[in-house]
Amino acid sequence: MRAIGIILAGGGSSRMRELSRKRAVCAMPVAGSYRSIDFALSNMEHSRVQKVAILTQFNSGSLNEHLMSSKWWDFGRKQGGMFVFTPSFRNENSNWYRGTADAMAQNLSFLKNSHEPYVVIASGDCVYKLNYNKVLEYHIDKEADITIVCKEMPPEFDTERYGSLRLDGDGKVLELVEKPMVVRSNIISCGIYIIRRRLLIEMLEKSQRDGQYDFVQDILVRQQGIRSIYGYRLESYWSNIASVEDYYRTNMDFLKPEIRSFFFGEYPEVHSKHSDLPPAKYNIGAHIKNSLLSSGCIVNGTVEDSVLFKQVYVGNNCIIRNSIILNDVHLGDNVYIENCIVESRGDIKEGSHHIGEDGIRIIVEQGERYTL
Amino acid sequence: MIKKEMIAMLLAGGQGSRLGILTAKMAKPAVSFGGKYRIIDFPLSNCINSGVDTVGVLTQYMPLRLNTHIGIGIPWDLDKNFGGVTVLPPYEKMAGTEWYTGTANAIYQNLAYMEQYNPDYVLILSGDHIYKMDYEAMLDFHKEKGAECTIAVMPVPMEEASRFGIMIADGDRRITDFEEKPENPRSNLASMGIYIFSWETLKEALITNSAQPGLDFGKHVIPYIHDKKLPLYAYEFGGYWKDVGTLTSYWQANMELIDIVPEFNLYEEYWRIYTNSVSIQPQYFGNASEVERSIIGEGSEIYGAVNSSVLGCNVVIGEGSVVKDSIIMHGARIGKNCVLEKCIVAEGAVIGDRCRLGEGEEAPNETNASIYRDGLVVLGENTTVPDDIIVGKNVLIAGQTRAENYSGGHLRSGRSLVLEGGEL
Repeated sequence: MRAIGIILAGGGSSRMRELSRKRAVCAMPVAGSYRSIDFALSNMEHSRVQKVAILTQFNSGSLNEHLMSSKWWDFGRKQGGMFVFTPSFRNENSNWYRGTADAMAQNLSFLKNSHEPYVVIASGDCVYKLNYNKVLEYHIDKEADITIVCKEMPPEFDTERYGSLRLDGDGKVLELVEKPMVVRSNIISCGIYIIRRRLLIEMLEKSQRDGQYDFVQDILVRQQGIRSIYGYRLESYWSNIASVEDYYRTNMDFLKPEIRSFFFGEYPEVHSKHSDLPPAKYNIGAHIKNSLLSSGCIVNGTVEDSVLFKQVYVGNNCIIRNSIILNDVHLGDNVYIENCIVESRGDIKEGSHHIGEDGIRIIVEQGERYTL
Repeated sequence: MIKKEMIAMLLAGGQGSRLGILTAKMAKPAVSFGGKYRIIDFPLSNCINSGVDTVGVLTQYMPLRLNTHIGIGIPWDLDKNFGGVTVLPPYEKMAGTEWYTGTANAIYQNLAYMEQYNPDYVLILSGDHIYKMDYEAMLDFHKEKGAECTIAVMPVPMEEASRFGIMIADGDRRITDFEEKPENPRSNLASMGIYIFSWETLKEALITNSAQPGLDFGKHVIPYIHDKKLPLYAYEFGGYWKDVGTLTSYWQANMELIDIVPEFNLYEEYWRIYTNSVSIQPQYFGNASEVERSIIGEGSEIYGAVNSSVLGCNVVIGEGSVVKDSIIMHGARIGKNCVLEKCIVAEGAVIGDRCRLGEGEEAPNETNASIYRDGLVVLGENTTVPDDIIVGKNVLIAGQTRAENYSGGHLRSGRSLVLEGGEL
């Protein structure tokens, strides 16, 4: 393979509200059986990017636990491997990662000690399937300095949270605006970049000298007109999960047959840590409509238009509608839940009602739970 | 010096012919069980959970599926730098090459494998039972009693004792006598086919008796040790232990898993059963689905009704179909508006639309009435059944069947339909 990988997995997000108390966005469970970072990692694996660095900072415990072994993504290799870099104090540096560029600059030796000519940079909070080799071919074909994977979004899409791109007919980036106040294009950056490794090192060293730490604002935006930047249009599904609404919508997207067939049916598969849970079990009183359920669940009640993650216990006469129940939640008997996201490892008291009236409600019920 | 206190030797070479078509292309330990598992997962998981991290798996009959499943042992944490799982097939020698001719003969042919680890004890297991057992506790018993050989036994109802190898033990659990399938049993302690031997004793017994044709633990090695008056003890096991040797017992053991709190509970936090899972995807239920009293593996898509059944991974049940009291193994697809009752559908089988399987009165099966019985309909691996077919009870179907193979779209109770590619 001609590229090494960097996955930016450092971030928290205030838009995740209570859900970010427990974990980084990249560690958010997605689609019943996965975590957000599995998508970028599996893409790396299937693109045969064998050497991948994951840069983490915010609330990384849960993420580190998930990445405890690299074998699920086949990274436990002599050639390459998976490297998790959290900020560490050194003689010359006692800062946290002050931004995405700083995170990479603080681990410059990873880039310097590789021999592969290209670097794939991806963020760990997006759900998509992409062979990075295709982007790399495009990058080489266009003789680009930097290639940004981008996607045309529907007009109603909230572009203001993303980088917005204007492209010419050849795919060359005419304008890149980060989080635009006035939206002039509904083509957004997917946060996936390909750059020649030596150029990336050069740019990171310069921005470090200039005291600039954000990869997009301080490097990409400033390189417009200087470097040849191209946009690679992604036609298939892509979704960022870094707000409660997006997270909810992305999970619910998996109830659509075409999305399931794209991620679950088509080669290659998305890989994740194996949890070795028994098959899901449905007792008398189970009624399930249009829902996803995961291994280890035990269901005694009604589940409609919902996504249940692993090891969820649904008590007798429970009703769950339009909701997401995260891992290892115990719902007592006669619970009613509608338009909610239930945080993992919660114990929902029997008979309680939780309804998201205007928008999605997040339920955090941390019971004292320990095993004797 | 290299040393493992106890290593396990898992006998997985048998066909398990009483499972009929299910073992046509794989050894019995590789047969699916309980939705996502295969039978061998239970002894392998018991090993790692008991701290036994060196396991030799002896294969002979149709080993491909087993080899693929075991791989290098990652799912059971048996991928070790030293020890771990090793598949041991029969091999050619300078002289006297032979297949594994008996249980003890297979172990004898692998003395060199065991020697490498310099063990104090060797645990002999078979790959055809469903149970959770702490072999370390059994080893403690073996040491405490100063035994040279310990046999795990299970109390069975006295009226069933004549179906088993029966051990007669004194108050201290020392075995004084044993009898194979006795007409008038003197005890109800049935051998589970699980032995711990002190290494030197096992080695000596195997070498001394190596010329014995079909060298077998029950028939030759245990009697030899008993005749030498070496301390032979019975370790009583009180948990769930199920032989799934026949199609009927295999079906029953699966059905027992769907009780609200089954005797054999897969949902306990500890003593987890590991497997090489074919899928990690969530399962989907359509708008018209109904599911009750069932367990369902990862990645399955249910659009119809599933009742009192065990489904593997990546199974599809079409809209309007009803699956009842059945075992559907991974990758099988059931079309729309079908009715399946008491069916065992092996991996990758495909059933068309509007089929009805398991209908009508029972009749003895023409191929083998003692295997295909109790009303079961059995479909072999990768079998296909076209649309609009009605099938009776005690029926066997294997191969890519087409409409012209069913006269009047019907296969009567007791009939077998086995086409090329679905050989027995």
